[in-house]
Amino acid sequence: MKILLVDDEYELVSTLAERLSIRGIDADWVTSGEDALAKLTETNYDLAVLDIKMPRLSGLELRKQIQTIQPNMRYIFMTGHGSAEDFFSASSEEGADSYLVKPVNIDDLITKIHESLARRALGSTGHSE
Amino acid sequence: MSLFKALKPEFLNYSAAESGPFKSLFNFRQLWRSRIIILLCVALTPLICLAIFTFLVTKHDAEREIHLRTIRLASNAKRTISFFFEERKAVLDFIVRSNSFEQINDYSQLSNILQSLKDSIGGFTDLGIIDATGRQLQYVGPYNLQDVNYASEEWFKEVSVRNYYISDIYLGFREVSHVIIAVKHSSPNGLTYVLRATLETKRFNEIISNLNLSGTEDAFLINKQGIIQTPSRSHGKITEKLTLPVPAYSERTEVLEMPENQDRKIIGYAYIPETSFIFMLIEKKSELMRPWRSSQEVIIFFIALAILVILAVIYRVATHLVNQVFLADLKRVQTLHEVEQSSKLASIGRLAAGVAHEINNPLAIINEKAGLIKDIFSYKEEYKNDLKIIGLIDSVLASVERCAIITKRLLSFARHLDVSIQMVDIKSVIEDVLGFLIKEAEYRSIMVNLDIEDNIPQFETDRGKLQQILLNLVNNAFAAMQDNGHLDIKIRLLEEGFVAVSVKDDGSGIPEADLKRIFEPFFSTKTKTGGTGLGLSITYGLIQELNGKLNVVSKFGVGSEFTIILPLKNTIATKGKNK
Repeated sequence: MKILLVDDEYELVSTLAERLSIRGIDADWVTSGEDALAKLTETNYDLAVLDIKMPRLSGLELRKQIQTIQPNMRYIFMTGHGSAEDFFSASSEEGADSYLVKPVNIDDLITKIHESLARRALGSTGHSE
Repeated sequence: MSLFKALKPEFLNYSAAESGPFKSLFNFRQLWRSRIIILLCVALTPLICLAIFTFLVTKHDAEREIHLRTIRLASNAKRTISFFFEERKAVLDFIVRSNSFEQINDYSQLSNILQSLKDSIGGFTDLGIIDATGRQLQYVGPYNLQDVNYASEEWFKEVSVRNYYISDIYLGFREVSHVIIAVKHSSPNGLTYVLRATLETKRFNEIISNLNLSGTEDAFLINKQGIIQTPSRSHGKITEKLTLPVPAYSERTEVLEMPENQDRKIIGYAYIPETSFIFMLIEKKSELMRPWRSSQEVIIFFIALAILVILAVIYRVATHLVNQVFLADLKRVQTLHEVEQSSKLASIGRLAAGVAHEINNPLAIINEKAGLIKDIFSYKEEYKNDLKIIGLIDSVLASVERCAIITKRLLSFARHLDVSIQMVDIKSVIEDVLGFLIKEAEYRSIMVNLDIEDNIPQFETDRGKLQQILLNLVNNAFAAMQDNGHLDIKIRLLEEGFVAVSVKDDGSGIPEADLKRIFEPFFSTKTKTGGTGLGLSITYGLIQELNGKLNVVSKFGVGSEFTIILPLKNTIATKGKNK
């Protein structure tokens, strides 16, 4: 299991990756959509945790581009805003399983990751908050 | 006074200041007044003009008719009187022409002629034959006038010149009025003499009294000096001078008006040809105009009645029209306020969401960093059992979580301002609303009791509006309560698919007189402390939008209970972005 964390907040994303690593989840992290795409060309990931609001390339836009590279990828979206638009946009995305509002609880995130990967294994595309 | 109150339009009590400056488009008092004036002008001007025109025209016609009638009467009298004298003059002329001087100068013959005249025509008193020197040659009659010389008399001079003479009327010894008629005759043998006759005027007076005059009319003769010649009802006795001026000479019958006290006189007069008499017919104008005045009174009564009806209709129509505008304007102003309020809330919501978002990111970093510290400490043997350090980190994480709850609540509130219909758990809505006010409740020691039945299902409604309704009601209750008050919120499931939410406080309560007005826009008892009078009005409007209803029970000094009843199944048109 390998996941990719994408968030423009360096302090947040690096710490989150480290905490996941401590819990035995192999997580890489990048701070922009462009870096994420570059990373995906060299490594295969099972799941991406994407921040919705990022400069230049938003989480939703990034997902569309990743989909062309790795069609089987699952996604969990994060946002600090939590608006209705974000929720509906994120939950209607293909492959999107969860939507979390920052600050996220690490245990909740791990639970979502496991649920998402279990769905991937079953080939389901359902989603929940 | 009470009738005026009952008829007084509602908008006259309305002041534009109540809705705020420049909010009301109309000055309803002025609008109402101007509508009434315009309608009055349009409706009454033609009516009044027509009434005045009719009044003047009919008055003119009535006056003309009176003048014509007077002229007709006077002309008839003139003809009759003129004929009277013409006839008698012709008789005398016939006598002198049909008899020789010798015959007529014979006493017995002249007596026979006088007797014949008395028998046939009547009214003749005496007859006399006067020669060219003025000496009365023969006389038959009651007086001894034989050989009297009239040479110096005016009448004799006049008959010598004009061949005939009709005297003024004079009173004889018995106070009986008489008139003298004399004709001159020149026989073929050159002898000139005058036949003179004295007539009683009794027949003459009968002619005038047969003119069918009413009680107030007066008809009589005067001579050219204004001396009354025949009996008058009210203008003096025979031989007295008439108080009125002698009318100017005219060959035709004339009519003129003269003022008399507060009335006017209509005077018809006619100069009788070949005599010195003027026939006078004097009438009171007010009496003659009485029929016209009676008809005018009836017309004026109906016009006044019509004006009253028009006034009532105009008042009703103008009031109704302006009231419709007033109600529409009131609705518009209310909507304007609601939009302002809603816009204000949306702005606050957006601001809160922005702040929450900005705080959430650093909060997330603190959360992760503190989490990582805890992770590191938890995985390293030397720190794992240091409860103080772990406790401190947990405290940081708990505070972060508390902040997160606050920001999530703000975001949730802002989010629901945008979203319309969704499945709503009313318990969570109440908790959200109370979450904003719980600190105030704590500071003021207000006890909040929440009693929610277990079987309340989620139901379809507009969460944002429901939040606003509950927030308004709880806010109102807080405002009405003193410190240490009690607020009871109960949610019950009703039969037939309704849910009832009651918000009961033990605050100041609402006076009974105000109770029926509390949902009116701009009605407020807190205007001095910043109340807009819109809170309950907007709440009421929002509940109606959710197809619900709002009941209120209140007792002044005891407290109030507001109960919202909402349907579990809603047919509100959905809008927004939910998919």
